[in-house]
Amino acid sequence: MKRDLILAGVGGQGLLALAAVIGEAARSLGLYVKQAEVHGMAQRGGVVQSHLRYSDLPVHSPLVSTSRVDLVLALEPMEALRYLSYLAPEGVVITNSAPFVNIPEYPDEATVRQELEAIEKGYLVDAVALAKEAGALQAANMVMLGAGSSILALGDEALTTAIRTFFAGKPEAVIETNLTAYRLGAEAVASA
Amino acid sequence: MQLLLGNEALARGAIDAGLSAAYAYPGTPSTEITEYLIQSHEAARGDLICRWTANEKTALEAAIGASYAGVRAMASMKHVGLNVAADPFVNAAIAGANGGLLIAVADDPSMHSSQNEQDSRLFTDIALMPCIEPADQQEAYLAPSAAFDLSETHSIPVLVRLTTRLCHSRATIETGESRSRNPVRLPGDPRRYILLPAIARKSYERLLERQPSLISASEESPFNRYFEGPDTSLGIIACGLAYTHLMEVLDEPSEHPILKIGQYPLPEALIERMVETCERILVIEEGYPYVEAKLRGIPTRPHPIVHGRLSRHLPRTGELTPESVAEALELPRPAPAKASSTPAPRPPALCPGCPHIDTSKLLKDALAAYPDEGKIFSDIGCYTLAALPPYSVIDTCVEMGASITMAKGASQAGLHPVLALIGDSTFTHSGMTGLLDCINEHADVTVVIVDNLTTAMTGGQPSSGNTRLVSICTGLGVDPDHVHVIEPLSVNHETNLALLRREIEHNGPSVVISQRECIQTARRRARRTREEGAEQ
Repeated sequence: MKRDLILAGVGGQGLLALAAVIGEAARSLGLYVKQAEVHGMAQRGGVVQSHLRYSDLPVHSPLVSTSRVDLVLALEPMEALRYLSYLAPEGVVITNSAPFVNIPEYPDEATVRQELEAIEKGYLVDAVALAKEAGALQAANMVMLGAGSSILALGDEALTTAIRTFFAGKPEAVIETNLTAYRLGAEAVASA
Repeated sequence: MQLLLGNEALARGAIDAGLSAAYAYPGTPSTEITEYLIQSHEAARGDLICRWTANEKTALEAAIGASYAGVRAMASMKHVGLNVAADPFVNAAIAGANGGLLIAVADDPSMHSSQNEQDSRLFTDIALMPCIEPADQQEAYLAPSAAFDLSETHSIPVLVRLTTRLCHSRATIETGESRSRNPVRLPGDPRRYILLPAIARKSYERLLERQPSLISASEESPFNRYFEGPDTSLGIIACGLAYTHLMEVLDEPSEHPILKIGQYPLPEALIERMVETCERILVIEEGYPYVEAKLRGIPTRPHPIVHGRLSRHLPRTGELTPESVAEALELPRPAPAKASSTPAPRPPALCPGCPHIDTSKLLKDALAAYPDEGKIFSDIGCYTLAALPPYSVIDTCVEMGASITMAKGASQAGLHPVLALIGDSTFTHSGMTGLLDCINEHADVTVVIVDNLTTAMTGGQPSSGNTRLVSICTGLGVDPDHVHVIEPLSVNHETNLALLRREIEHNGPSVVISQRECIQTARRRARRTREEGAEQ
């Protein structure tokens, strides 16, 4: 059992929360975990990514290697494209389909979509719509967690427990919204 | 097993090693060390003094004072913060430590959030101070205990060097037993803290005499390990985090001898062993080619050949990656998958609703009257992003506090008009003394303090001069008629602009405090209030 992941997004999209939930789930299963994050200025609307690695054998480097990544899980479509060179031959790309346009030079959205659709093991998920359906736009990150759950191979129980752990202390309604978001994301990819 | 950032592991390790007092100024990538300490049960119980201070110098001096009083103390900072604290850093080594004294410094290779990638290990050469450089989160947890032992045994402060990827990556770690804190206990020889030349000369001799025992300590340290290998055509030295990249790319146990380094001064006997047996040595280290340069010597030794960043077998700049380490070892790697050329750069930006947006527009409009002539000397903080489009309004950003003093120098050299742009936290960090110079010299500088009531860029730590900036400025001696507080909102734009133009035209120092709460801290506060409301 071994997974190397890149989580990709833009500062403010809840990428670190996504990383924390996956990391906690892997930890709870007794796996070795290393997870590199971006802190500081880049979190202000800039590129944010996390390298997340877990295995039943010790994990050495906090960084993933090119051509070894099992899953690029992206909260934003252009950000998903940024890491294609890291993908293993059997690697999967799962991305939120809604662009986050906060730069003037954002590429043509149709081009971005075409490139993503051309990826053999690529999935586009409308995380924004599903998060709204779950009850809160901010839960788009948990939609993507659900969307990635089968590749993450940590099981629904560990992941949903980790969601509860991460949001511990928040009102029950917040936790329920995030659990619903997770379920909707998982269903979206299962039916794709 | 806990999942902790390298920074958090270090903080947990320090608490478990009997830490009593911790001081810091926030700075990426070091901030989470102190965040963890402040949020700890030990701090809540009052067992641990933990404070954000005005700057790194005041942090380290407080830690030296606590060590003088006999307790275990720590100061934390980012690498450029050590420049600010260089005076206490070097002289604390001469004075020595009483209670264990740990100085945690986070270097930032690749300059993720910094203006340079200086390597703090070089500072230990100036101070003759030992250094522990953990390779991973588990070692980051173990480092404080080892550092306090080393510090108390040899009566010397100890630097613990971290680098960004270790600071900001999480791993599962195992914590150990916690040990009790030191009681207050004065140093046996209290006069060693009076660094008059006559005493300092003796202390310096003692510091030099201590070096061989520090080298012995390195040779026996668990942070330094020699792994034998049959193929001595190559020996590999890997320092700190670089060791994890090395382990990553070696699929099987190494054929070559490996020396893992995690404690300095360098373990000479272990290095001798490698030098005597290997034909070539590859040094893998994060930051400067510190070990490599020492091994190469001048003139370059013919044998063994030493390779590393200087020889360009590894990139001279930037952080190491598994790829760069594999390439230096000439290991076969799969070709990377095809990259996409579509993604555009997405630099960080001011948050929507940020008060700095309004201040940036204000500055742009105020300087429109002086095309190419008006210069804005800026500083370190979120407002440095005003360098980027659509504002492109600032001209400099060199180091903490440099805005006011550089503006003064430029004004005195003949530039006009000259503005300084500085945040509230940076102003109290190291801007106040520069403002005093401006007042004493009647410098024609308009200082704009962007006061968002917090240290925003590092996540919202308290700002030292909060709510007292006007009295600080008038107290230093700025004419009260030329100290103003404005609220940066678009509805106030024209009024604010008229005021700023007036102060630019005023011949002499003036201060305009552009004050509105950071949108992030304001939002967090609102969310907390809302959630507390929902709970009830």
